[in-house]
Amino acid sequence: MKIHEYQAKQLLAKSGVAVPRGVVAKSAAEAAEAFKQLNGKLAVVKSQIHAGGRGKGRFKEQPEQPGVVLVRSADEAKANASRMLGGTLVTIQTGAEGKTVQTLFVEEGLDIAAELYAAVVVDRESRRPVLILSSEGGMDIEEVAAHSPEKILREPIDAGYGLHAFQATKLAFRLGLKGQAIRSAAEFLPKLVRFFLDHDCSMTEINPLVVTGDGRLIAIDAKVTFDDNALFRHKEATELRDLAEEEPAEVRAADAGLSYVKLDGNIGCLVNGAGLAMSTMDLIKLHGGEPANFLDVGGGASVDQVSEAFRIILADANVQAVLVNIFGGIMKCDTIATALLEAYDKIGFKVPLVVRLEGTNVELARKMLAESGKSITTAVDLTDAAKKVVASLQK
Amino acid sequence: MSILVDKSTKIITQGITGKAGLFHSQQCRAYAAEHRPDDDVIVGGVTPGKGGTEIDGFPVFNTVEEARQKTGANCSLIFVPPPFAADAIMESADAGMDLIVAITEGIPVLDMVKAYDYVATTKSRLVGPNCPGVITPGVAKIGIMPGYIHQPGKVGLISKSGTLTYEAAWQLGNLGLGQSTAVGIGGDPIIGTTFIDLLEMFEADPGTEAILLIGEIGGTAEIEAAEYIKANISKPCAAFIAGMTAPPGKRMGHAGAIISGGQGTAAEKIQALRAAGVEVADSPADMGTAMKRAMK
Repeated sequence: MKIHEYQAKQLLAKSGVAVPRGVVAKSAAEAAEAFKQLNGKLAVVKSQIHAGGRGKGRFKEQPEQPGVVLVRSADEAKANASRMLGGTLVTIQTGAEGKTVQTLFVEEGLDIAAELYAAVVVDRESRRPVLILSSEGGMDIEEVAAHSPEKILREPIDAGYGLHAFQATKLAFRLGLKGQAIRSAAEFLPKLVRFFLDHDCSMTEINPLVVTGDGRLIAIDAKVTFDDNALFRHKEATELRDLAEEEPAEVRAADAGLSYVKLDGNIGCLVNGAGLAMSTMDLIKLHGGEPANFLDVGGGASVDQVSEAFRIILADANVQAVLVNIFGGIMKCDTIATALLEAYDKIGFKVPLVVRLEGTNVELARKMLAESGKSITTAVDLTDAAKKVVASLQK
Repeated sequence: MSILVDKSTKIITQGITGKAGLFHSQQCRAYAAEHRPDDDVIVGGVTPGKGGTEIDGFPVFNTVEEARQKTGANCSLIFVPPPFAADAIMESADAGMDLIVAITEGIPVLDMVKAYDYVATTKSRLVGPNCPGVITPGVAKIGIMPGYIHQPGKVGLISKSGTLTYEAAWQLGNLGLGQSTAVGIGGDPIIGTTFIDLLEMFEADPGTEAILLIGEIGGTAEIEAAEYIKANISKPCAAFIAGMTAPPGKRMGHAGAIISGGQGTAAEKIQALRAAGVEVADSPADMGTAMKRAMK
């Protein structure tokens, strides 16, 4: 689960991680008020969306307006905010459709001496969290990794303890920090790691992590993603969820215990199991079609789940045909066929439906589908299923 | 011959009084009864607080330690719910189980970091979590896979996915190729047993003549496996990688199935496997035939 920058910073501040002073603004007047409240010569007005690249991003309605802007007066804050709020911000990460900006975060301007990069993630290979640091802050870390991998430091973390003091000091020296900044890093880095561990994050990224002229380390951007599987023990984090930032169909699917990801094609898929669901998308593509979605209906495939899955797939206006691919192992194929037929009636199918079942009692299931009098095409194997569903589009 | 599971394997189920735990324990018992009617293979279960009771003929114990002492079990099958599953894995390792098969999906990643480290200090081997389990066809089924689709044979099967494993076993069966052992390693970012661990075991197993790997997007395990195969495996290998069409940055069902920072794509994994001489199936319909081609 992702959260907004301002929410991340509020949580980080609670854990003692240094962040700039900032005020949330939901209107242009609030943005002007925020500028006054911060009481400085400079402030930064930042669009709050769940996507990166905001500084370089522009608004659809206001092509000159950047998603993050430096302002020098309350009036300037107000004028910018009025162009930003309610606008559609398009960044490198939002896709062409962009995201609507509902909230701004107004922060104090800082005297920046250097920009660093810091992130904590779980490293799959070493099976432990790792703190990633770089002296090249403010840039895309993948770019740094590609061009100057020697500038990226990776420090393994003891998940039971956190970052040891000596590790923080060692890293500060390796980053080339001097004087007060070394002491500041020795405080900042262990707290950042502690935040990651305490909140069951899957990622905490500070880019840039700035060093101020007087040697303080401050997180001027923050991207925090939580491990969905650990949300049950983080009520506070769960409350920060912004459903407006998520794909509505994916939210609906998750509520029904289905795993769904919307894609751009026109062939909807309903499959049991994540691996088979991904393979079914690949199979459609291999035979010249374009999958409209990933959908794992789970092991059970009950009437209710199948019905809801069909509803979600068919709510996508791009879908012109549907492929059902289910390997019935423990669950028998005739049970699945019964669920499919019931769901078919409940939904009122208007696009071609191709069904490929395999496993226990498959003959019986195929007979049930064939004799149902419904316009359902049965397939004998995976390839046959893909060919038939792709062909159904051309009719 | 086989790996991980043989006739000496005696199994208990952790979480046996839960719905899934009981159902699959019954299925595993039925599989054992069909293939080895004279042996006691599934010997009981553990649910803290319900020790001393019985459920459908299975004795229930409070702790894994007690279950092991009283039944002689050396393997545990875990269906404990996600918030408590990592602890159940550690309990099992502490009790000295040789093999721990964790079926549970949805364990917090940081819990698995700790459980993995803990298991590593013991002699236990962990398979999973978030996996269908392990089966040595005709000997023992430790997991949730439908037993009858796995025929005894000489292909070692290693897979990150459940239903895709069934699909592969089905295709192999239709071609007359059974399995020595089929292992679902799981779709989570942190798992106990990797492709490489199993490649090493299958290479050493005289009952295995060829190896089929089923991977997916996310992480780099398949690329490391490719390098390992090139350097260490003499037996023919085939593979399939799911997720050619998966968009970057989106989790495809499995917690670990995500392309992040441009890493973990199907294309790079397929390329690495092909470079290592592995016969890679382009279509999920050709997993069995790819194995057959590799064995020629």
